[in-house]
Amino acid sequence: MPRLPQTPQNPRRSAPKWVRRLIGPVLLFGLWLLFANTGVISERTLAPPGKVWAAFTDLVRTGELQHHIVVSLHRVVIGLVLGIAIGVVLALASGLFRIGEDLIDGPMQILRSMPVLALTGLLIVWAGIGESVKIWMVVLGVVFPVYINTFAAIRSVDSRLVESSATFGLGRVGLIRHVILPGALPGFFTGLRFAFAVSWLVLVVAEQTNATSGIGYLAMNAREFLRNDILVVTLFVYGALGFLSDALVRLLERSALTWRPSFIAA
Amino acid sequence: METQLHRSLIGDDDLNRLLDETDDAGAAVLPSTAAAPAVDAREVAKVFGNRRVLDGVNLSLRNGEFVAILGRSGTGKSTLLRILGGLDPAFTGTVDVPQRRAFVFQEPRLLPWKRVVDNVRVGLRGAAGKREASAALDEVGLHDHHRAWPKTLSGGEAQRVALARALVREPELLLLDEPFGALDALTRIKMHVLLQTLCRRHHPAVLLVTHDVDEAILLADRVVVLDEGHITLDVDVALASPRLRADHAFGELRSQLLAALGIDEIAEGDRA
Repeated sequence: MPRLPQTPQNPRRSAPKWVRRLIGPVLLFGLWLLFANTGVISERTLAPPGKVWAAFTDLVRTGELQHHIVVSLHRVVIGLVLGIAIGVVLALASGLFRIGEDLIDGPMQILRSMPVLALTGLLIVWAGIGESVKIWMVVLGVVFPVYINTFAAIRSVDSRLVESSATFGLGRVGLIRHVILPGALPGFFTGLRFAFAVSWLVLVVAEQTNATSGIGYLAMNAREFLRNDILVVTLFVYGALGFLSDALVRLLERSALTWRPSFIAA
Repeated sequence: METQLHRSLIGDDDLNRLLDETDDAGAAVLPSTAAAPAVDAREVAKVFGNRRVLDGVNLSLRNGEFVAILGRSGTGKSTLLRILGGLDPAFTGTVDVPQRRAFVFQEPRLLPWKRVVDNVRVGLRGAAGKREASAALDEVGLHDHHRAWPKTLSGGEAQRVALARALVREPELLLLDEPFGALDALTRIKMHVLLQTLCRRHHPAVLLVTHDVDEAILLADRVVVLDEGHITLDVDVALASPRLRADHAFGELRSQLLAALGIDEIAEGDRA
């Protein structure tokens, strides 16, 4: 039988992974540069990279961009903190107590199928057009993913672990502390990642309705004045913030779930 | 009675505490006294739907006695064990068991988010608990794994942690629900030796549920066969140690037990 040649993989032949990962984005950027500068894409459709960079440096120099980012971050952080707190408290109440489930879970399951953004109008009627509407919209966006995932995680903790831990002398409080809450933590983190993503999504919309500051306002304003270049800048800012917040959750997850096989191996 | 023979090494204070406490697992479960047998189950019955899984089982164990329960699948072996362990309060009959019982299940059932040593000391208090947990881990041969995460252990190691977790409580009754069923044959042999060593040192009464006839004969002082909710055979294992599978008496007992389990032909084949 002919033997297949067993050539060892030459490690020098392929570039490091991060370099290979960069090829796609760099290519995309090159195409943008090419098409914008040769006029294939008109400036009114998509500003060329040079103009976007100029707009970016302009906004940074005047301090405008930093101001809007700080305002948006402020809203997102407050909304996230409140939303996560409310979501967790509700999930604990309905996950750990039968009466809690009866009272809370039904309404939550109904409300969660409602798109948060559809509530914008109602929230404006309730809370006016000030700062609080934007924060409450983020809160509403965040509460549901946190609640749904944490509640499901509490309920799906392995009952055999609960049973055996009870035979080893853990009471109800001990079971909650040593078995149920740690067991539900991975599910909570899944909810947290959704919450972070949703919070930016909601804020984009909230800031484009009756706002006078924030990245959403910057984008809306740019649209009014047909400032294509600034619009692209805001898109990049959103992208960067979304990326950073996802990295933050992953960092938290890594430090809280060190026992998971995927993290042990790493 | 011979109940004093294998009294485990517990102090008078412990005994008094045991006598004073009542069990909250079920009204019919009473704490046993030092003079009484370690386990005394009378007319235990359990119904699932319209099926009588246990139909009037009488079983008693002396202190320090090792009893294996054999039976086909679904004959209520595990149910009986769960009742004696206080995991199943819905039964009829009376059950008299020690206060200090510990379970080892077929799966290790370790908490994946606690390090090995913290799994062993779950439910124990303070620094003494930690010290005892470390000692128990050393005893089962896991000196190097105190700080390991459960998910990094092999099946045999995880089951040894489960054994340490049970023994650290100095149980008077050790309940083993097919603890070696999921292990490979070589690991199982090592675990048999370990279990025998630990039992000689700690002297708990042991109730082992198993499918493995050889395992029952190797380990137990007495083997009980459960069939259709009744105990159909109850034999003392009167074999000199070390017990060897190749011995004639071992083979005789194996055939007798297999016959009681309804597999005569295989028993004949074994003898040939």
